[in-house]
Amino acid sequence: MINLNYRDSRPIYEQIKDGLRKLVMTGAFSPDERLPSVRELASALAINPNTIQRAYKELEAEGYIYTTAGKGSFVSDMSGVDSARRSQQLKKFEEAVIELLFLGTHAEELKSRIDSLSKDSGGGL
Amino acid sequence: MIEVKNLVKRFGDFTALSGLSFSVEKGSVYGLVGPNGAGKSTVIRHLSGIYRQDAGEVKIDGKTVYENPEVKQRMACIPDEIFYFLQASTRDMMQFYKGIYPRFDMGRYEKLGKIFEFNDKRPMRQLSKGMQKQAAFRLAVCMRPDILILDEPVDGLDPVMRRQVWSIIMNDVADRGTTVLVSSHNLRELEDVCDHVGIMHNGKLLLQRSLSELQDNIAKLQLVLPEGETLPQNFGAIHESSSGRILTLIMRGTTEYISAKVAALSPVFYDLVPLTLEEIFIYELGGVDYEIRDILL
Repeated sequence: MINLNYRDSRPIYEQIKDGLRKLVMTGAFSPDERLPSVRELASALAINPNTIQRAYKELEAEGYIYTTAGKGSFVSDMSGVDSARRSQQLKKFEEAVIELLFLGTHAEELKSRIDSLSKDSGGGL
Repeated sequence: MIEVKNLVKRFGDFTALSGLSFSVEKGSVYGLVGPNGAGKSTVIRHLSGIYRQDAGEVKIDGKTVYENPEVKQRMACIPDEIFYFLQASTRDMMQFYKGIYPRFDMGRYEKLGKIFEFNDKRPMRQLSKGMQKQAAFRLAVCMRPDILILDEPVDGLDPVMRRQVWSIIMNDVADRGTTVLVSSHNLRELEDVCDHVGIMHNGKLLLQRSLSELQDNIAKLQLVLPEGETLPQNFGAIHESSSGRILTLIMRGTTEYISAKVAALSPVFYDLVPLTLEEIFIYELGGVDYEIRDILL
């Protein structure tokens, strides 16, 4: 479900965060679905429960998930997603655009790609 | 909770531990690392009540470990060299431990037979090194310990078994708040399972930190400066190397702090990557004159 890559320079809790975000974004987890418990994930991935806890806490702060005491962590509807994450992703987007323009891709092509991607995901969020 | 205070141990005129102190909170997984001969196994033999210290304290939940069955029945230890009774099979040892450890879990023992698929009626001496380790794990986790002490635990285990064993231990940590102290040279693996790390050198503790603190406060920086410019004096790198125009620096500080500092140099390019535990180990010990030397043979 979540792949940890030991050659990856990202710390493990980042990899878990990215993995869970991806699962939420692709719809593998739907809103209000319960995420695996810290214990389940710790023993499935054979990593420290505190690391999982940290990933969950940060995802909660970013607005991807919410926690109900005694019941576990659940997927949020995406309205509350942190703007910090948004600006971070925009920065990445800009870096990619700069490289593509450098490689000679036309701005028009990039625009049409954005248009078709936003059609696919139902007009964006 | 494990507490070690100013522990001193001498063997003849050799001082193995010279005033070592550290503590492990309940439910924490503590990785004890250090070069060969640093004294890791000696510490572990004090924690499991085999050695008596020359000075200092070794306590678990406020109680002295040495010759104290009340404390020892709540802990399990897997030493680096496994030793059982001559001719005893795993099942014989299970019977023996059942009499000593009041919380020994028979149901768990039988269930674990599905995971550790060796013959538990065969004398343990006849088992391979890896299988003996498996047997030791099977017995240890059935004691339902509050404290689990492991010396080079996965040495000799195959990759599938290593993961299996860690998975069982992590489950116990999450579920029951088991406290784990583990010594190992496999830093890649410790990075996954530990939340705290202590680095030992020459019978002393060099540093003790939480893993996230350790990794968030040191980073590797690669940068290319504009043509003709050099790194300012006192830039604060603890390690520096270069190949062509690319500089590689090891810097202390959070990523935000380092990024801000580097951006001020307006470099052509820069990249910040967190350090692995292995790199931290090498650079920290490099600071105390234990480094890889260039020797031509």
